[in-house]
Amino acid sequence: MSHTDTPLLQVTGLEKSFGTNRVLAGVDLSVHRGDVLVLIGPSGSGKTTVLRCLNGLETPDAGVVAFHGGPTVDFSAKVSKADRTALRDRSAMVFQHHNLFPHLTVLQNVIEGPIQAHGVPRAEAVARAEKLLARVGLAEKRDAYPSELSGGQQQRVGIVRALALQPQLLLFDEPTSALDPELVGEVLTVLRELANEGWTMVIVTHELGFAREVADEVLFFDEGVIVERGAPAELLRQPKKERTRRFLNRLLRPLDGPDPA
Amino acid sequence: MNDIWTLMLDSFWPMLLAGLTGTIPLSLASFAIGLVIALGMALLRLSRNVVLSGFARFYISVIRGTPLLVQLFVIFYGLPAVGVVIDPFPAAIIAFSLNVGGYAAEVIRAAILSVPRGQWEAAHTVGLSHRKTLTRIILPQAARVSVPPLSNTFISLVKDSSLASLILVSELFRQAQNIAAFSYEFMAVYLEAALIYWLFCLVLSFGQNALEKRLDRHVAH
Repeated sequence: MSHTDTPLLQVTGLEKSFGTNRVLAGVDLSVHRGDVLVLIGPSGSGKTTVLRCLNGLETPDAGVVAFHGGPTVDFSAKVSKADRTALRDRSAMVFQHHNLFPHLTVLQNVIEGPIQAHGVPRAEAVARAEKLLARVGLAEKRDAYPSELSGGQQQRVGIVRALALQPQLLLFDEPTSALDPELVGEVLTVLRELANEGWTMVIVTHELGFAREVADEVLFFDEGVIVERGAPAELLRQPKKERTRRFLNRLLRPLDGPDPA
Repeated sequence: MNDIWTLMLDSFWPMLLAGLTGTIPLSLASFAIGLVIALGMALLRLSRNVVLSGFARFYISVIRGTPLLVQLFVIFYGLPAVGVVIDPFPAAIIAFSLNVGGYAAEVIRAAILSVPRGQWEAAHTVGLSHRKTLTRIILPQAARVSVPPLSNTFISLVKDSSLASLILVSELFRQAQNIAAFSYEFMAVYLEAALIYWLFCLVLSFGQNALEKRLDRHVAH
């Protein structure tokens, strides 16, 4: 975890409110190329909003998002459309509820962005999509519609759709929490493989075992700020902050009731 | 009694023909043009620009708040007063199109709003422009949702097109009136006209079912 190079992504002072609800109250983080960042924290703590700001699904009220090699976007000032687009194209989002396009086949879902948004020739986009689908074990599902797939398969297509955009950064918003328990494994397996292949990823998840295994750094969010950050072994086993400890206890022993500490 | 059956048999083909050459083309053309107007109005209504959405709101309010017959008469009998003279058939098409445009706009708007937010977000993350998001992702899904209510609008239109007889368009009901006027068999002739309208609407319902089945996969699950 000692990096001397410039980070791929540097976020400073990210702020966002919805009405009077302050969701992000100054978030700083950086992601190095090939790193896996896992964001944990109670719901409403702002971790999902960070992802959404990075992908341009929300516009922060303030803060700077800087990608190595551009763009550097300062949200305190007026942001140009070109910067917005450039920022969005750096990352790709995998949603909690896959959000596949129901009227398109698996293959069409995957090639839609490359062809329609990024001008990739059809033959190339199809070849790339088929290769990626084969990698997650869905080659034979290319002409199926999303409604014909299981939840785990749908989410794997969602991941392939993001990969096909060839982003520098993959964003996962609770990719397994909408799945039946027995389907979680197949999606985590894909994530694990992507981590091993060196993809740079920011993952919001409640799967602590998975976080311990693949994360380079775990960030604990609460009330719009990062309360604690560190290597998974330390943060998840010996959290320094009381709030982190309480959250982890609740997550690991949900039936125990309020923590006496 | 035999005379009535003979009359009904004899008048069936003229009426059906008037339906096929008057009612159906009038309804089809008005519906097609009306849908284009409706899509435009729905998009304007959803626009963040208050002037545009205000205009669409006003248009829809006027169309829905005034009788179709009055709209038809304004165009056919009223416009000549300001120097605009339109033949019966095109006048009917204009009136019906504008009317469908107002009603279907609300249907289409609701259908667009019914597409889950996640679809817009997924389109955003794969890089689609607003325009492509609409045409390639949102509208195809909205289309499936709007088939039943739009079929209703179309079926209403087929029946309302009988109002065109009042501005002398030769369509099914005008033909029925002509036949009734010289035969005095009002009951038989008008029942027969009703039967033919019903047949048309049955065919449309079958078409609606087929279309719904075809588009079924377009629904988000």
